[in-house]
Amino acid sequence: MREAKPIGDFCINSCGRRIVIIGNGIAGVTCARHLRKRDSAAHITIISGETEHFFSRTALMYIYMGHMKYAHTKPYEDKFWGKNRLNLVYDWVTHIDFEQKQLQLQQQEPIGYDVLILALGSTSNKFGWPGQELKGVQGLYSYQDLESMETNTQSCQRAVVVGGGLIGIEMAEMLRSRKIPVTLLVREQEFWNNVLPQEEAKLVSRHIREHHINLRLGAELDKILDDGTGKVKAVVTKDGEEIPCQFVGLAVGVSPNIDLLRNTALEVNKGILVDEHFATNIPDVFAIGDCVEYRTPPPQRRPVEQVWYTGRMHGETLAHNLAHQPVPYKPGPWFNSAKFLDIEYQTYGQVPSTWEKPTASFYWEHPDGRTCFRALFDEEKRTLLGVNAFGMRLRHEYFDEVLRKGATVEQVLEQLPTANFDPEFYDKHYPSILQAFNQHFGTSLQPRKKKEKKGILSIFGL
Amino acid sequence: MKTLQKFGFGIFLTALLLFNLLLFIGDFRLTEQKLQQVTSLENYEILRPELAPILGKTYNTSFAFSQDFRKYFGAYNTRQQENEQWDRVIWDDYTFAATKAASVGFVANNKLLLLLLTIALGTAGALLNILPKYSDEPAGIKHNGVMFSSNKSRGFIGIILGAYLIGIYVLLYWFPELIVNWTLLVDPLSQLLSGGPASQWFLYGTIYTLAILVMGVRMFRKYRGNKYQTLRTSSVMFFQLSFAFLIPEILVLLNKPWHDFKNIWPLDYTFFFDYRVEGFLNSGSIGMLMFVWGILLIILGVPLMTYFYGKRWYCSWVCGCGGLAETAGDPYRHLSDKSLSAWQVERWMVHGVLVFAVVMTLLTIVNYFSGFELLGQWTNTLHEWYGFLIGAAFAGVVGVGFYPLMGNRVWCRFGCPLAAYLGIVQRFKSRFRITTNGGQCISCGNCSTYCEMGIDVRWYAQRGQNIVRASCVGCGVCASVCPRGVLKLENGLEQQRIVDIPILTGNESVKVLS
Repeated sequence: MREAKPIGDFCINSCGRRIVIIGNGIAGVTCARHLRKRDSAAHITIISGETEHFFSRTALMYIYMGHMKYAHTKPYEDKFWGKNRLNLVYDWVTHIDFEQKQLQLQQQEPIGYDVLILALGSTSNKFGWPGQELKGVQGLYSYQDLESMETNTQSCQRAVVVGGGLIGIEMAEMLRSRKIPVTLLVREQEFWNNVLPQEEAKLVSRHIREHHINLRLGAELDKILDDGTGKVKAVVTKDGEEIPCQFVGLAVGVSPNIDLLRNTALEVNKGILVDEHFATNIPDVFAIGDCVEYRTPPPQRRPVEQVWYTGRMHGETLAHNLAHQPVPYKPGPWFNSAKFLDIEYQTYGQVPSTWEKPTASFYWEHPDGRTCFRALFDEEKRTLLGVNAFGMRLRHEYFDEVLRKGATVEQVLEQLPTANFDPEFYDKHYPSILQAFNQHFGTSLQPRKKKEKKGILSIFGL
Repeated sequence: MKTLQKFGFGIFLTALLLFNLLLFIGDFRLTEQKLQQVTSLENYEILRPELAPILGKTYNTSFAFSQDFRKYFGAYNTRQQENEQWDRVIWDDYTFAATKAASVGFVANNKLLLLLLTIALGTAGALLNILPKYSDEPAGIKHNGVMFSSNKSRGFIGIILGAYLIGIYVLLYWFPELIVNWTLLVDPLSQLLSGGPASQWFLYGTIYTLAILVMGVRMFRKYRGNKYQTLRTSSVMFFQLSFAFLIPEILVLLNKPWHDFKNIWPLDYTFFFDYRVEGFLNSGSIGMLMFVWGILLIILGVPLMTYFYGKRWYCSWVCGCGGLAETAGDPYRHLSDKSLSAWQVERWMVHGVLVFAVVMTLLTIVNYFSGFELLGQWTNTLHEWYGFLIGAAFAGVVGVGFYPLMGNRVWCRFGCPLAAYLGIVQRFKSRFRITTNGGQCISCGNCSTYCEMGIDVRWYAQRGQNIVRASCVGCGVCASVCPRGVLKLENGLEQQRIVDIPILTGNESVKVLS
């Protein structure tokens, strides 16, 4: 890299410093890789007790469904780590001595560090329901969770998943892939209604039912019943309904995995408290990824962000900070994506579940009821604030640019042909989206596509 | 629905079992009259006394018959060679034709009935199993349980099936006389199309085409709602049925050379061999058309089409090998090796075959123009070795027989010289690329897992790089299975094809270039 400014007293910067990263998830591994690119001399160690090698956590569901094996979910070949001198330690950390700068491990010898990076990830929420510790009751976050889900559902006649969010629908899909009847308990009035606006939430809810998942909206878990042998027998909802089941998936969110750090000198709240450079209150100790809580969240961001992409950005940024010069964490326009059974979802910018003036909304839905598009914009300034797309793909680069530049909703809608990322030969939705917008707002927008040179002469670059 | 599907599968298995049993049914008895039918008059006069011990004798199996036939036939040739009577040696191989003619009994007497009971009924059974597939599910990716399947995941069934396919290819290429009963079955169809009896290659073509059609229907069910996959599958089904199967046979009916107009040198490695060229030149204007069209495809068709659309225009839309891989091979696509070392082997191997094919063809042409004086029989030896190693062993036995073991594109990836040629154009001069959608990749691995060419698609996708690889056949499955809408097959400006964009779009703190 070009710039080479001293990093001063930001952290120990001696040649051959020992950098130890706890956690081999996306944040820790991204940080390690970028550190290696920039600091050839450092001794970099990644510790994890979960798996020996980095795997894609988001792909856990596909292992259960038989789309992939565990090996397929590893983004790098096993020899990658040795080749890049990234030392892997497969063990759990049991204690951190911040004074002596030393880590106690469960099996192996203690490890000393000069710089410590905590990338501890999350743990599934449990809200103290009676019976939540029974056999057959679990969340889904780690590789160990996947293994226990495999054993817990071996002879499962009926399952209940609690939680109307991303992991909830994933667990339901996983169970359905093995033909296990599933009841999905969702506290809100529609699926993921605390994040998705009403129409989108309804669209997903419809699709969930199309997959023969028994979706119970407005239903809350009260307690989980024991069959007498320590296994789950049924759940009881707040309405008093008893639903027999042999498996309960608890998918009611995740929290920073910081049990290791309770009652230590490290300042924590919900997560490990960090400044805009990912520095904790202890020198040479940094934290990134799911386990982090920003002391001052970046604009329009929540204090704890548990998303794959933020984990990556943390890793990239911290590696830069440790090897070059501290730059504040500054995420660009929000983006995220998911797949609800067969319906893909992408969002760019800010689309909350509800909004107030001067924010206005434009919503278009395809007659098939599986495809929709929403744009939120400022009613007066016309600036685009964010979009939701279901069943269609949009270009990230395009929206990153227009959201940063503050383009108007009209400009963006006219350029939907450029923004479109659907495969070739797919139905083009932008004519009917524009038509709907024109009808609703009395405009006369026309689709515009950037002209590109075509023809024989372009072969020669003419 | 489920019962109907099981019933269909049962019918298919029964038909397959019967089909295999046919090889062991009936007797083999060569008569003078039959011998006369399969040999030239001149050779008949020589062979009749030589083969006297087996004429009229009844054999129980084609194996026993063909062994004896070879023994006496070979004895004659050996004698001539020992006496250095080279012009009296019979170079024609009559083993297959004689064995086929010698087959008597149930199969030979009931060709049409057995054709219906095996191949037709098997096809019907398979369709009965396939058509109702996923009818109770919404359109979407249907990969549930792939890794648990014994067939699709190198389990017991997969290995048995692989061994069976390998066995069939060995018989087809080197022991066709052992499968004459199968060729008898398709005689009625061959008579109808080309007016002649069926060779082992006609049998192969029939089953090959049926496999593409039936498994193509399976693709329609599996990728329901995916227009790219549906169109692409329709295209390979069309080209196989018309260009590779019907048109060549009709050409034969019209006394023209058997010719597949979509096959391109060097995949069609015999294109410049003297007997092919003579065939073209002796067949009037249509022969000339075949010759000129074939050359135009090589020098203009491949570079131009690949420039505009990438090598997919051929490999996954037109090609017969690709057609089978994309339909019958689809259940095995994830078995390709994604490791870096496999890629290294692939590059050496596929380009090595290309060099072999080019050198062999050049020598052939030089030899042709020098009046066969320069290299003499050497080019023939070269042809034989290429035909044995690349044409039969690699493209056939390994190419298809290894579907359930190493994935459906072993031949295309490691061995096809045309794919190598198309790949060089695609890599260095093409508008085609797979575009990565900013920072949306979650490294899940579906794209790499289901890439039949063994490209580690995720390696590029997770760093926001476009995928520009010589081997990509543009099947589009990576884009289809991606849960986050990250990949898109595109033809666009060359300048935007390989660009240094941030690894992760959306991080304003630092711009890390890949």
